[in-house]
Amino acid sequence: MSETPNAIEAVSAPIPSPGEQYFPKFKVTPALVKEAQALVAQYPEGKEQSAVLPIIHMIQEKFGYICPESMPWIAEMCKSTPIHVAGIVTFYPGIHRKCPGKFHFRVCRTIACAMGGGEELLAHICKKIGVDPASLTDEEPMGISEDGMFSIEAVECLANCGFGPNVMVNDALHQEMTPAKADKLITFLKKNTINA
Amino acid sequence: MSDITYLPGKEPHPKETRRIFRNINREGYTPSIKCFMKDGGYETLKKVMEMEPADVIAEVKKSGLRGRGGAGFPTGVKWTFIPRGNTKPVYLVCNCDESEPGTFKDRFIVHQDPHQLLEGMIIACYAVQAHFAVIYMREEFPEAAQIVQKAIKEAEKAGFLGENILGKGFDLKIVLHRGAGAYICGEETGLINSIEGVRPYPRIKPPFFPAAIGLYGCPTIVNNVESLCQVRQVMMRGGEAYAAEGAQRSPGTRIIGVSGDVKRPGVYEIISGSITYGELLYDICGGPKKGRSFKAIIPGGASAKVMRCDEVLKGRNPDGSVRKMTIFDVPMDLDSIAQHGSMSGSGGVIVMDDTRSMPKMLNNLNRFFAWESCGQCSPCREGNPWMLKLSTRICEGKGAPEDVDLLKSVADNICGRTVCAFGEACSWPTQAFTTKFRDEFLALTKPINAEKPHSPEAAEARKFLTRED
Repeated sequence: MSETPNAIEAVSAPIPSPGEQYFPKFKVTPALVKEAQALVAQYPEGKEQSAVLPIIHMIQEKFGYICPESMPWIAEMCKSTPIHVAGIVTFYPGIHRKCPGKFHFRVCRTIACAMGGGEELLAHICKKIGVDPASLTDEEPMGISEDGMFSIEAVECLANCGFGPNVMVNDALHQEMTPAKADKLITFLKKNTINA
Repeated sequence: MSDITYLPGKEPHPKETRRIFRNINREGYTPSIKCFMKDGGYETLKKVMEMEPADVIAEVKKSGLRGRGGAGFPTGVKWTFIPRGNTKPVYLVCNCDESEPGTFKDRFIVHQDPHQLLEGMIIACYAVQAHFAVIYMREEFPEAAQIVQKAIKEAEKAGFLGENILGKGFDLKIVLHRGAGAYICGEETGLINSIEGVRPYPRIKPPFFPAAIGLYGCPTIVNNVESLCQVRQVMMRGGEAYAAEGAQRSPGTRIIGVSGDVKRPGVYEIISGSITYGELLYDICGGPKKGRSFKAIIPGGASAKVMRCDEVLKGRNPDGSVRKMTIFDVPMDLDSIAQHGSMSGSGGVIVMDDTRSMPKMLNNLNRFFAWESCGQCSPCREGNPWMLKLSTRICEGKGAPEDVDLLKSVADNICGRTVCAFGEACSWPTQAFTTKFRDEFLALTKPINAEKPHSPEAAEARKFLTRED
């Protein structure tokens, strides 16, 4: 019993991921502080806490995920407390506590996409990038390939139901996906990275 | 209208009337302010700024415009709920958290025509005298976030946003706030909490409308993207002209998103009540796929109650006599389908044909709701995983016949016992599916092929399996 960490320890424990090699490590720089302050300034005076989500998005965009070290800094920026930030981070499924791969797949499997074959597509992409579909659970929804290049997550409704199954790769939406199209895309992404 | 050309293959169907979607998939149209202004953009705003704010509200009230987020509450009436003699600042929030499965209309507006939304928002802000407004956009629209952010900058530069708009002494700032993938943020008080930077648990009612107490404890108006675009249409065409078009109790156009088993799924803008579900599915969407037939329809987003296509409904003739009809004869307005026990909600029509197993469909929805429950109220937090467990068990062929009743009773015990409408949203599908397709659920609790309930072998097996044996 005593081996299981308490809730605060669990949130502040780092979750290692091979995806980290593709993102810079979280570091506070004056430019970063300035950017965060600009986000805080968007909101009425005294409502700095509103900026917690925008700052989280900014960090996630730059560093891939919300690492435990960044939470106290986020709290400082929006005049909140680290545990409050942790509460936000653990609530939203769109906020990662583990670094995703260079290419992060989000496969929709809600009703309309499932009718179009979303579940099969999820299993197919998992196999293609070397992730065990059974390892994707509610507690750990993200699976990542060994080389950190690809990560995959099953998500609920991407709001493009008429043209399913839908897959998002990083910020781009790919509609009417098929296993063949997914193969092509993955091959393209692999080639693209080597070139870059 | 005739000078507008659309992208090949994306032309509107003759039964459509494009108002909000006028510029969607239009040839050569970009989300820039230049394109929008060439098309008469921001002219309505100029007209509105000459009016008194109270007159704008009166005009919207006169139009009978009803919200397009799902509940269908009259927009103009909502605006008047700001307490009289209010001295606090008023805020306006645009709900762009479109996350109801089956709904995908706002996506097109924010991706392709963001200035339309901004103009509608500025008009609404002027009417309720809000000087700070937020567009709450779901995280899954990263491209739209950039497009809207750019549009805000353009509008600021052109003098439609910022200080002293059009020289009329009205200030307005619009901020784009992105969510992070939580369905519950579509609930207006959850959304407000999300903007405040706390966990987005829906707030306890009353007050029933954040117009009384909302963002930062101040009066807040929360409107859907499409509703705000409709406000622009109202002011453009005049309240009376708007009210004269479409169904009497829900005038104007509606955007319907059709997904699932039809030949041509997609988004269509129609005049409210001008066509029936049959016309929508057979004429506009091309009917069922080859060799199949329609089995069930979810008429208003995943949380609406499912309708059987062979269900005989009671309709009324103009002379008051009763006639028999099916869902295909029900007109597509906000209220007609509600008389038959479902709702038209946000206009997301999900169609299922005879190859679909209803218990599997329900299981999928239950997983969605179990995943998305925010965890604030016990009935919903505990009940949803239970419903998922039960429906999974039934789908796997491991359930007992009693599980079907148990499943429904869990749903009955969530409904109405939660802080927000999620309790209803998650229990309605289970209640409707288990009642209307009870035979399918029961059949699965018997040793038949759970994977292919519609195969001839399964049908043969089911013949002898009745509840009483």
